[in-house]
Amino acid sequence: MARLGQTFDRMLGFLKEPVVVTVEINMNVMVLTLMGLISRLWGLSYPRAVVFDEVYYGQFVSLYMKRIFFVDDSGPPFGHMLLALGGYLGGFDGNFLWNRIGAEYSMNVPVWSLRLLPALAGALCVPLAYQILVELQFSHCAALGAALLILLENSLITQSRFMLLESVLIFFILLAVLSYLKFYNLKKHSSFSGSWWFWLLLTGVACSCAVGVKYMGLFTYILLLTTAGLHFWHVIGDQNLSNVSLMCHFLARGLALIIIPVAMYVSFFYVHLTLLYRSGPHDQIMTSAFQASLEGGLARITQGQPLEVAYGSQVTLRNVLGKPMQCWLHSHTNTYPIRYENGRGSSHQQQVTCYPFKDVNNWWIVKDPGMQQLVVSNPPRPVRHGHIVQLVHGITTRYLNTHDVAAPLSPHSQEVSCYIDYNISMPAQNLWRVEIVNRESDTDVWKTILSEVRFVHVNTSAVLKLSGASLPEWGYRQLEVVGEKLSKGYHQSMVWNVEEHRYGKSLEQKEREVELHSPTQMDISKNLSFMAKFTELQWKILTLKNEDTEHKYSSSALDWITMDTNIAYWLHPTSSAQIHLLGNVVTWASANVAALIYTCLSLWYLIRRRRKIYDIPEDAWQLWVSAGGICLGGWAVNYLPFFGMEKTLFLYHYLPALTFQILLIPIVLQHISDHLCRSVLLKSMFTALIVAWFSSVYFVYCTFSPVTYGEPSLSVTELKDLRWKDSWNILIRKQ
Amino acid sequence: MRAPRPAHPPRTPSPGLRRARPGAAGHTALRMPAAGRGRAEPGLPRQRESRAPRRLPAHPAAPPAAARPAALALVILLSFASRFHRLAEPPHVCWDETHFGKMGSYYINRTFFFDVHPPLGKMLIGLAGYLSGYDGTFPFQKPGDRYEQHNYVGMRGFCAFLGSCLVPLAYLTVLELSKSLPAALLTAFILIFDTGCITLSQYILLDPILMFFLMGAVLSMVKCNSCADRPFSASWWFWMSLTGVNLAGAMGVKFVGLFVVLLVGLNTMYDLWDLLGNLSLSLVMFGKHLLARVLCLILLPLALYTAMFAVHFTVLNKSGPGDGFFSSAFQSQLIGNNLHNISVPEHVAYGSVVTMKNLRMAGGYLHSHWHLYPEGIGARQQQVTAYLHKDLNNLWIIKKHDSDTADPSDPSIPVEFVRHGDIIRLEHKETSRNLHSHQHEAPLTRKHFQVTAYGINGTGDSNDFWRIEVVGRQAGKLIRVLRGQVRLTHVATGCMLGSSGKILPKWGWEQLEVTCTPYLKETPNSLWNFEDHINPKLPNISLDVLKPSFAEILLESHMVMIQGNTALKPKDNEVTSKPWHWPINYQGLRFSGVNETDYRVYLLGNPVIWWLNLVTIGLYLLITVSAAVALKRGVQLTSELKDLSRVVLRGGGQIMLGWLLHYLPFFMMGRVLYFHHYFPAMLFSSMLTGITWDTLLKFCAMFLSPSATARKVYGAGFLALVLLIIYSFYLFHPLSYGIIGPMASDPSSPMAGLRWMDSWEF
Repeated sequence: MARLGQTFDRMLGFLKEPVVVTVEINMNVMVLTLMGLISRLWGLSYPRAVVFDEVYYGQFVSLYMKRIFFVDDSGPPFGHMLLALGGYLGGFDGNFLWNRIGAEYSMNVPVWSLRLLPALAGALCVPLAYQILVELQFSHCAALGAALLILLENSLITQSRFMLLESVLIFFILLAVLSYLKFYNLKKHSSFSGSWWFWLLLTGVACSCAVGVKYMGLFTYILLLTTAGLHFWHVIGDQNLSNVSLMCHFLARGLALIIIPVAMYVSFFYVHLTLLYRSGPHDQIMTSAFQASLEGGLARITQGQPLEVAYGSQVTLRNVLGKPMQCWLHSHTNTYPIRYENGRGSSHQQQVTCYPFKDVNNWWIVKDPGMQQLVVSNPPRPVRHGHIVQLVHGITTRYLNTHDVAAPLSPHSQEVSCYIDYNISMPAQNLWRVEIVNRESDTDVWKTILSEVRFVHVNTSAVLKLSGASLPEWGYRQLEVVGEKLSKGYHQSMVWNVEEHRYGKSLEQKEREVELHSPTQMDISKNLSFMAKFTELQWKILTLKNEDTEHKYSSSALDWITMDTNIAYWLHPTSSAQIHLLGNVVTWASANVAALIYTCLSLWYLIRRRRKIYDIPEDAWQLWVSAGGICLGGWAVNYLPFFGMEKTLFLYHYLPALTFQILLIPIVLQHISDHLCRSVLLKSMFTALIVAWFSSVYFVYCTFSPVTYGEPSLSVTELKDLRWKDSWNILIRKQ
Repeated sequence: MRAPRPAHPPRTPSPGLRRARPGAAGHTALRMPAAGRGRAEPGLPRQRESRAPRRLPAHPAAPPAAARPAALALVILLSFASRFHRLAEPPHVCWDETHFGKMGSYYINRTFFFDVHPPLGKMLIGLAGYLSGYDGTFPFQKPGDRYEQHNYVGMRGFCAFLGSCLVPLAYLTVLELSKSLPAALLTAFILIFDTGCITLSQYILLDPILMFFLMGAVLSMVKCNSCADRPFSASWWFWMSLTGVNLAGAMGVKFVGLFVVLLVGLNTMYDLWDLLGNLSLSLVMFGKHLLARVLCLILLPLALYTAMFAVHFTVLNKSGPGDGFFSSAFQSQLIGNNLHNISVPEHVAYGSVVTMKNLRMAGGYLHSHWHLYPEGIGARQQQVTAYLHKDLNNLWIIKKHDSDTADPSDPSIPVEFVRHGDIIRLEHKETSRNLHSHQHEAPLTRKHFQVTAYGINGTGDSNDFWRIEVVGRQAGKLIRVLRGQVRLTHVATGCMLGSSGKILPKWGWEQLEVTCTPYLKETPNSLWNFEDHINPKLPNISLDVLKPSFAEILLESHMVMIQGNTALKPKDNEVTSKPWHWPINYQGLRFSGVNETDYRVYLLGNPVIWWLNLVTIGLYLLITVSAAVALKRGVQLTSELKDLSRVVLRGGGQIMLGWLLHYLPFFMMGRVLYFHHYFPAMLFSSMLTGITWDTLLKFCAMFLSPSATARKVYGAGFLALVLLIIYSFYLFHPLSYGIIGPMASDPSSPMAGLRWMDSWEF
């Protein structure tokens, strides 16, 4: 116990000491930051027009300003919120129609402040790169080189200067890496000190921010977790450490690297959902319960509905799946054609479909099979799980029915109809058992909106299901509803929920029709817990598929390494000034070469070391391995997964990987100069070579800066000269 | 096959009976904690680091040597009995027998077909059928068809034979890895009494064949590892080349065999790395090791794999249902194909009726049908697709762009040949619409233009004009059938007709997309050749189509298979099996019968065994982590514990890796998945269960140090597990051997009360 107490004392030791701040200013860092700011912030509000994906993110910023709910399947909301923060600070009211790239911004759009945060993030990447190399124990010269390469990388500049998320993502990724390295480099005796905690926690926070901006951040997070795991494995091997303090180390890491990031990630959603409380364009993606929690929209209709479905209730039934579109169980007076186009026969009874629009024909009445009346008794008798009901179509008063007749488009399933008695020895089979899927006990009451219900046919045990197929002309292209005989487990297409609901009061059919047409208005409102909303929204974001997948500037992952592709971001409406996402060719090529050299050299060293031949000193080898693990590993985890992805890919997806690859260049250069150039002459020649190479990087940066910054406008011949690769798409106006 | 009691609960250890190997002496008893400690340590420190652990046959409770053959015999007996019991039932086609039995028949009849799996499994089925007197005449049309007089038992017997061999293979593998007879027996019992493994082995399916080769590869790999102390000995060579042979076999049955190749590959790399670090081994010796592995594990399997395809193409020399998937050149090799010894008019003329085949591998014929593009996808005109099967809708008539060259049977009009550079119109024969393109985006490849069929009775507009060009030809030259590689350029927009190879959704009947590409790159996607050619006015000339080389055929058939595999996508709203369902035995597969009156067979693992396996995986991870941490923390372990942890970490690790490699990749697969895909992983999981429980029981026994109790605990635990397995098999055996009577929900059913999960369908 005493030892435990001691360890906790040490863990909290930083509280006992006075807080002392010693300021130490590294002029390198200051100058680099300044240069980064200049390169990223210079002329930030030019062009005053929508540039590329600003058209996409801008609409979300507007929706934030107006507090309207939306779902974006491209990623979690933290990035959008940061952009919106820029708009908020600039006093943006959200009134701008984000409809096309190149549209001129109106006066109310604070362009500068909207673009400020990404630009700041981009600028700060420069000193971060410097610090990372320093923490990897490389020389200040190498660190300076890395920072300058990042500074002069045209693609990173372009991407930082607009309302886009990549620079923010890269900033958080680099911050996470840097803080982990700081944490790791702290001497052993400073465990659980203030700065130890600070850097450890900052790692977790930066990771969760990176993941919160884009799911791509997950790759770096996993890389850091693996690294931390490996390092902790060495800590386990340290036998001077007591078991208790080992446990404390483990818990501290678990807290900072797993629990806090998860909590922060959830909190992003909390803020997101708190900010956005009004209903909006994406409502119908969500379940009825979710929609009902938003102000306006469905809430306006469902507010004050009775909660418990009772015999005699008038309801609309929405299919939970919502694919191919949200729809409600529907029927109308038309019957199934006697013969279908392919010659199969039908029952010729009244059609039952799923209809994607609100309609009076979507109303059904829940009836007790043992009683005749279609009104709610007083007190209402609620319907519970397992009860058997009949569903009566409100307008036609026919009963929902299914029988052993093949469905029109899915012949393996049963046809569902509203029963018409033709007196042809085909009896009505209209009893359905209500099964509440999300019940807590077997006596649960069927609740409006909240309960997800399966209707199991009593005679055939078929389940009412939306097949997803769209009926031909005779069914008005509405969606087919079938009875699924082989119901394999749970699928959302078989689950329905009550959306609109009221207790029926009219005894006569005429009155009832009037009642069905009138809007629902009654008591109670319901609220969804935050966790329920969070899980639903998270699930939708992950599973929502964007159908429109091709884009003019989309590219494949293989094109990125060699930069065989570019993206035109903006073109001046009259002159030929334009902005492209186009990298610094020399940097990209050198980064590839560096990665190649690193891999080959490492393999060579590794094999030789296995044969007990040591080419470089042990500590140099350790540095070489850890630097490569971070930089080459960072490149690999941020790049290789794209080969397995089916979504539309763009060149900018490569930028995080590229950043890591660039950091590798000075590492390899310093290693060559320190360990492979053995004579002084060789060393100075190598230095000269580096200087020459670096000037070429600068030269390329200057050459391409007109298409990076969008000014000055170039002439046709100049533009043609810039087209260094045939596959680049540089826009040249026809004269 | 009723009460197989565990044959050999651990007996009194008898140290003297074990083969005396260096370092093994005196290290066999449970209660001799100090006996082996420090062994081998004084001598060769370097050796110990890399190789010595394998040589230690350390095992605390080794039974007498005579027990092993007896145990093996028992395992084999039980295994065969359980697999061959009621083999001929049900006497109708079950589940995928409809595919694989049919393909066996194709081999017997020597007709060419196409399947997404490599040929070995089906060839073996065909061979088994042939040897057992099946004549290949049964059509295998759909599940449920009765076999009547046809001899199907031979093929089922062959699969059941391989399925039975699985058990001894797994038994020997575990025995080799853990050196513990109880562990091996436990594994064997699990596999013998698993209803899933029994069911899967009893029918004409590829899985028993695949799993046989897979287990064969694992066993020979493990055996080869044990021979590592005498490299280049006869047994070393034998086991290594046997590994190679089995790898080829596994790959040759299904591409899933790739995972076991990966497992062996990783093992070999680890092995080589080990050898490289052994400084007593000269580099020359290391080179020899490397070469031997390249030879046995890469070259030998490749050669066998290629040979398999050679046999496949030699046997199947008659035209059959798979022709359309392949290029014209390939088809000309098949007897009975319309391209075999073909005799057609050599040059294409106006008025000719032709089919056009895309030169992309698995490219398909230019096709159109009465259906329109759906609303919102380009213009609502008639679809044009690429279709892999031969069909009347693949026929097109070549017409002049300006005049309607009337019907070709009219003898008064002279024949006019199409020349390179001509502008033509292609009229779809069945629907009389013209091949048409315009500046609407194509349905899937949005950067390309849509291609439609347009017009009525051959009258369209100027967007129907195409310039026909032959690769490598000058203007004015005639265009040859089959050999001429043709490019069709749309006159109005300048784009080229091509097929993107992407599969259209349901509205396009899952045929391939045809587009007009504005990027004028010369790829096979945008090249076509004329295949069929009908023109009564021209004389037919016999043509020798370019004979494709074997390498070309091999490459082509693989491209077609890959295309076929990616095309197996789940349909919208279809409930499919998910990988996470599998280890928890969430849902089985109906092999036969649905209703109460049917003879029902349901592929479902014995839930007790499967859940035991699942729990064991968690348990194993727990044990591994604690053992690894304990070792890392430098905890002083007794030699027994060290041995146990070695078995768990090294032997169990290999098996665990096998399980991961055979399971995790399914999470990333886009194709349709089925429950039976898990069975290879289940084999590994069962072996892991054997090893883990044996270790765990030994560990528990070790704590109760008085030897009598220890042995009792160990024996009782082992016995309890075996009895549990056998009892659960007694409960669930109707799943495999057939249920007749009411469904499980009815109390009078044989399965009453056993439907433990709602998702089980019996």
